[in-house]
Amino acid sequence: MTGFAKPLKIALGLAVIAGLIVVPMNFNRYGLFILSQWAVMSIAAMGLNLTLGYAGQVSLAQGAFVGIGAYAAAIMTTHGWPLPAAILVAIVLSFAVGWVLGYPALRVQHHYLAFVTLAFSTLAFLVFRNESWLTGGIYGISNIPRPHIFGIATNKPLPFYYVCLGTLAIVSLAVWWLIRSPWGRAFMALRENPLRAQSLGIDTRRYTLMAFAIGSALGGVAGALYAPLTQYIDPVPFNLSLSLDLLMMVIVGGAGFYFGPFLGAMIAVLLPEWLRFTEGYYLMLYAIAVMLLLIWSPTGILGILDRYLAERRTKAASALRAVAKSRLETAQ
Amino acid sequence: MKSTLMVGALLTALTATSAFAQAIKLADVAELSGGGATVGTNWKNGIDLAIEEINAKGGVLGRKLEVTHADSQSNPGVARAQVQKALDAEPYVLLGPGYSGSVKVTAPLAAEAGIAQIMGGEAAELTQAGNKFLFRTSFGQQSSMPKVAKYIHDDMKAKTVAVVWVNNDFGRGGRDMVTKELERLGSKVVADLSTEAGQADFAADVGKIKAANPDAVFVYLNEEESARILKELKRQGVTAPLMGETTLIGQKVIELAGDAANGARGHVGLTTDAPVDLIKAFREKFSKKYNYVPDHNGLKGYLAVYMVKATTEKMGKVDPKKFAETLHGLTIKAADEPGILMDVTFSDTGDIDRQSFLVEVVEGKQVVKQVLPKVK
Amino acid sequence: MSNLFDLLVAGLATGAIYALVAVGFTLLWQTSQTINFAQGEFVMLPAFLMLAAMHAGAPFWLAIILGILLSMILLGLGFKMLLVDPMMRHGVLPLAIATMALAIGLKEAVKQFFSAEASPFPSIVPTGDVSIFGHAVSLQSIGVLIVAILAVVGLTTLLNRTSLGHQMQAAAQNPTVARIIGVPVERMILLTFLINAFLVALASLLITPIYLAKFSSGEVLGQAAFIAAIVGGFNQVRGAIAGGLLIGVLDNLAAAYVSTQYRAAVPMIFLIAVILFRPQGLLGRAEERTV
Repeated sequence: MTGFAKPLKIALGLAVIAGLIVVPMNFNRYGLFILSQWAVMSIAAMGLNLTLGYAGQVSLAQGAFVGIGAYAAAIMTTHGWPLPAAILVAIVLSFAVGWVLGYPALRVQHHYLAFVTLAFSTLAFLVFRNESWLTGGIYGISNIPRPHIFGIATNKPLPFYYVCLGTLAIVSLAVWWLIRSPWGRAFMALRENPLRAQSLGIDTRRYTLMAFAIGSALGGVAGALYAPLTQYIDPVPFNLSLSLDLLMMVIVGGAGFYFGPFLGAMIAVLLPEWLRFTEGYYLMLYAIAVMLLLIWSPTGILGILDRYLAERRTKAASALRAVAKSRLETAQ
Repeated sequence: MKSTLMVGALLTALTATSAFAQAIKLADVAELSGGGATVGTNWKNGIDLAIEEINAKGGVLGRKLEVTHADSQSNPGVARAQVQKALDAEPYVLLGPGYSGSVKVTAPLAAEAGIAQIMGGEAAELTQAGNKFLFRTSFGQQSSMPKVAKYIHDDMKAKTVAVVWVNNDFGRGGRDMVTKELERLGSKVVADLSTEAGQADFAADVGKIKAANPDAVFVYLNEEESARILKELKRQGVTAPLMGETTLIGQKVIELAGDAANGARGHVGLTTDAPVDLIKAFREKFSKKYNYVPDHNGLKGYLAVYMVKATTEKMGKVDPKKFAETLHGLTIKAADEPGILMDVTFSDTGDIDRQSFLVEVVEGKQVVKQVLPKVK
Repeated sequence: MSNLFDLLVAGLATGAIYALVAVGFTLLWQTSQTINFAQGEFVMLPAFLMLAAMHAGAPFWLAIILGILLSMILLGLGFKMLLVDPMMRHGVLPLAIATMALAIGLKEAVKQFFSAEASPFPSIVPTGDVSIFGHAVSLQSIGVLIVAILAVVGLTTLLNRTSLGHQMQAAAQNPTVARIIGVPVERMILLTFLINAFLVALASLLITPIYLAKFSSGEVLGQAAFIAAIVGGFNQVRGAIAGGLLIGVLDNLAAAYVSTQYRAAVPMIFLIAVILFRPQGLLGRAEERTV
């Protein structure tokens, strides 16, 4: 993304943000729901992008963390707690579970986290389904309230869309800051070359674990919004296929690119909706489109753009790495 | 956006002149992919068949029926989006979804829009929330399970019962309801076995049944799993009488399980195997059009459309606002409206009341043992 | 005690199915680092190809041959050339994601062009039970187990005892060196894809009478086979057999002695334990190259 002049980039960014705020004002309820879904999935995918794209770890449990967040929010808000409190609990819970899950896996070998998270995904689904006293079991939890933000009710689709969009904005800023902090540079150093990162004195395991736990926590945030968005949850949407979908979003958007998750979530949420006019064929065409896209550019949509800028980027990255190294050294 | 609006306005203007001949628009949201794809596809095919028939005979009050189908992917979140989309287009009546969870999430939206929703869900609680716009196409589990429990207690004289159920919202709902009823009557549930949808191996479950040695076994699974457990029950030599619902003794199960199905009994509220001439004719038409024998979901979709027809003709006009009010308390007789297949009455809560049957499989054929009359 | 015997036998029967599906899984991983998330759908599809041939009037034996050939063309050659080749150089993940999309595409295609209903499928093994020590055991299950073992024995012999096998291994372990010493690496990789396609077609033929021909039947199978492959050892063909049988038996024991609601949890907890204490899998070797 270093190809454009800076003012142009800022102008483009502002135009997109303004568009996201203004254009949906005359959308119907369906359009707003889909757009809110896009915002929620973008948050979850952004978390996974942190784990995968920046720290190089494959998680097959992001959907389970969305589930944990959703159940935390559903249980708390139906018992009278405000949504921000529920989001906070979702973050802490997902972070803690992520940490505990990643710890033993990363102790053994780098890529075994993928297998452990695969197993965890199934376990989480079983707990959601079987522990009826807490989660309502297969009947799920209905009548999940939407919050009042600064005294404004968000029951209607448009205000709640702004809640989703606002959360997305906050999360985006936080991630933007994170990947530019010494931590984020350490994450990237890990992905590019774990051995070298280690020899540079980066505690690889701790940083990898951190990236995974933070990524999981963002899954929790997405879940905490998903629950009041649909206002009803049951265990089925949080099974392994959601985790796989989220992984698909990250890869298709472009793993390791800041804007990858936004585009990936757009493809995964909006493309099937656009294809619905083909009726029974829409999912088939969606699958074919994803395959063609990956064949064309295995590094995702942003990878296409990146190909032209590859050379400049490597230079910039190695410069960044050098800076990260010196910063870390001075920090220690 | 704008250009489509203008085209839309133009179309409305063009067609407004012939308003009385305009099609009546129905919207269907069903499980066309994901875990419920078989359920939803049957439901959709039933709807299409009924509409084709009705339109071939001149439609409803001289107007054709039209339907749009949308796929909920068996996911409540997607169902909500699709129902919202359907409602934004202001249909006459909303059809579907079939999964109880998806019904729960969408019913408030339809009620808020004041549009009647005719759905396939069977969970007891759906019609107990005071929703004035929601209608069933089959017995809720609160009406079918008491009949099953009564039969197990009175006719099978079972003091102890094993309950095997599939752990999704269909199976869980039935299990909760039948367990409650059995205990009320004084039969004890000695084994309570949850199974998975798509499960292939029932050795452990049947082993547990054998160990519990019950007087009767209640089996509440989908058709394919029913066939597998019947085979395993036979293999392990379980001799206790088996009781189930439509999904245990349907023609499809008999086909798949072979002679392992013999002796199984079931309560049948709605089945293409019912000994009713109109239903047999329906089954023939359906199999001819789609090349397979429908399950009860095919019947539900078919009935949903004929409910729309009968209610509209009763009102004498197409009035979405009065639709729900008219259908409450309405009795539709098969003699007047053959498409409804059997006489049926709708309660004020949207529940259904009609005849049902107790059936036993004898040498690979269903034999009706008892006809259970309407409650009222 | 007699109950335990029934459980073990039934578990082995189901496990043999998982094993048969998992064998090809490990094979693809070894030769081309392909994680095929569509493996379950690969087993689902050939049965429909055979059914289609029978609907067109072919007798069962001809339908089987046509089904196997078509599978090898579509799921072997086509899969390799259209999806794997363009993506292989870009690491494991894009290809894995593409196979997920392929899984969705295959399921939807079968549902749309064939049926959402489950169709019965004729069995080449006689249906019925034999009595072993007074316990009824289904002949179909025995058939699956025998074929799974034969497949692994055959593959292991091929890989370890023949020069073709040695070339395949060389191509898998170090393609660059293999190329230098004159191994036709491309052809070797293609061969493994053809073998996988043949195996899934065979599996389809044996399993479908038990599972029924249904568009969604690959979901459960694919996941179970994946777990079995990891447990057994991702980089050893015979690991798939051990993993498959173990998962099948564990599943049954869990349902009988732990909880039917949590039966699926026990293999998962076992999987985590294997990763912690023996990460290369029960029969696997320590990894020779990293992902």
